[in-house]
Amino acid sequence: MISAKLRKRLTAVFLNLLTALLALGWASIIIWAIVVSFRPSSEPLGRGDVWFGHTLTFANYLKAWSLAPFGIYYRNTIIIVGMILIAQLITITLAGFAFAHQEFWGKKGIFFFILLQLMIPAAALLVPNFATIRKLGLFDTTLAVALPYFGSAFGTFLMRQAFLEVPRDLVDAGIMDGCSWWQLLWHIYLPPSVPTLVAFALSSITWHWNEFLWPLVVTLTNRSRPLTIGLVRFTQLGEIGARWPLLAAATITVIAPLFLLFLVFQRQFIRSFLHSGLK
Amino acid sequence: MSVATRSVSRRKAPNWLPYLLISPTLIIVLVFTAWPTVQAIYMSFFRQYLNIAKFRTPTFIGLRNYKELFTSPDFLQVLKNTTIYVLGTVPASIVLAFLFALLVNRAVKGIGLARLGFFYPTILPMVSAATIWMFFFTPDYGLFNTFLETFGYHGPENWLGNPHLALLAVMIVAIWKNAGYLMIFYLAGLQNLPEDVFEAASLDGASWWTQLWKIAFPLLRRTTLFVSTIAIIDAFQVVDHIFVMTQGGPSGASTVLLYYLWQVRFEDLNVGLASALTVVLIIIMLSITVTNFVLSEREGA
Repeated sequence: MISAKLRKRLTAVFLNLLTALLALGWASIIIWAIVVSFRPSSEPLGRGDVWFGHTLTFANYLKAWSLAPFGIYYRNTIIIVGMILIAQLITITLAGFAFAHQEFWGKKGIFFFILLQLMIPAAALLVPNFATIRKLGLFDTTLAVALPYFGSAFGTFLMRQAFLEVPRDLVDAGIMDGCSWWQLLWHIYLPPSVPTLVAFALSSITWHWNEFLWPLVVTLTNRSRPLTIGLVRFTQLGEIGARWPLLAAATITVIAPLFLLFLVFQRQFIRSFLHSGLK
Repeated sequence: MSVATRSVSRRKAPNWLPYLLISPTLIIVLVFTAWPTVQAIYMSFFRQYLNIAKFRTPTFIGLRNYKELFTSPDFLQVLKNTTIYVLGTVPASIVLAFLFALLVNRAVKGIGLARLGFFYPTILPMVSAATIWMFFFTPDYGLFNTFLETFGYHGPENWLGNPHLALLAVMIVAIWKNAGYLMIFYLAGLQNLPEDVFEAASLDGASWWTQLWKIAFPLLRRTTLFVSTIAIIDAFQVVDHIFVMTQGGPSGASTVLLYYLWQVRFEDLNVGLASALTVVLIIIMLSITVTNFVLSEREGA
């Protein structure tokens, strides 16, 4: 008979091994990409030889950047993500404030109507939204990629929840002091709601940095193409073929900023994504 | 109600401020959610091909687009693929998510790294992830087959070019990407469970396995419901990896609904049929979200 203590020990060891193996398997994707992006492209990958080469080189990154205008793709992605973020922070704060603090005719109905955005995801509406963008004359602009996201039902909902948690006394005191609505919002409602805004912002940045299908449809030239589209075009370039070190370098180029941000602010990111699911 | 409300409504003039505050959000929802929904329904009754001169202007054809859709072998294949894709990826990601959550919910040194290893795919762009996965699926020296061979697999090498394996390949990528995201909800759920539940179970001599399936999993029923909804919606709306890995092929073997919609509209340039497909997709999405809403109400959420 194995003693209970030993059995517990063995179970723990087994679970640790299982965790380590699974996590390594999951991480092998990014680890491989990082390792191979520094492998000289003169050393082609082969059976049983798919990791380190003989030396480390930065040449793949330079080559990737010379083959495709990643600088421009970067600029476009940053413009798109930035526009969306700024617009969203403003619109969700204002709408959240109205729904949390004010009474008006049709409040419930309008709130429900806005939540429609959560029930019909934008991806499904690709075709008619493309028509709208064309009609607005925005086709092939960064604004076209960003515009549909300037209002967020989910963000509005989150901010409303955050504002409703602000103690009533505090708000009443502000009103007694003769605060205008924007003073109330700025000095009383917003400060305790900053963590919610940050959580929303992180998931918004991630989501839009990574978005592919919508930009694929509404962009046509380098003046509006973001990184994700640029990467896919890069992988389809004739001269790339199966030059994995080059592909890995391009992929890491696209991932890097967000990934580093994530490594530094892991906790905040996970919290943000926990929030983002709580619909 | 509140002082604020009273002080505002004391003024006789109609209070337009709240309408002004919500107007940007409202306009976006109107223009990019409500209006396109109506437009898709409307356009689905018309024939319009952008690549055929005489069909460029829309003509009313009633329900013919829907009839064409539901009798076309392509679409039936797409429906079948989509069903396999959703029924395959969703339960697999959920089971893995639960397992991962249990594994990393232990106070062991270095467990943070494991959590990182499971979660990081969430923040990668799907197209980047898919690009790297392309290598893992490469015939001959790709890591995926090498890995399978250690378990005695000697089947087909070329996953992405094989009609029987291409769909499975894109499903594997989706599962890999999603499991870590869903994990964090179970992790939060586990950490909210009262600890004495487990202690009482241990005193009774319940094994780890029993604790898991008889105690933890049922207690996390609401998390599971919620996680299922996110996973199902995700399965319908993320097709980025298909663009990179298979372009829906070979011969349509890995084409799912949203990818097909894109093809019909932007490759075949068939606006009418694409609109009918949009309506089908909207109905599916709405039924998922509404079902989730009804179920979570019943659970007393």
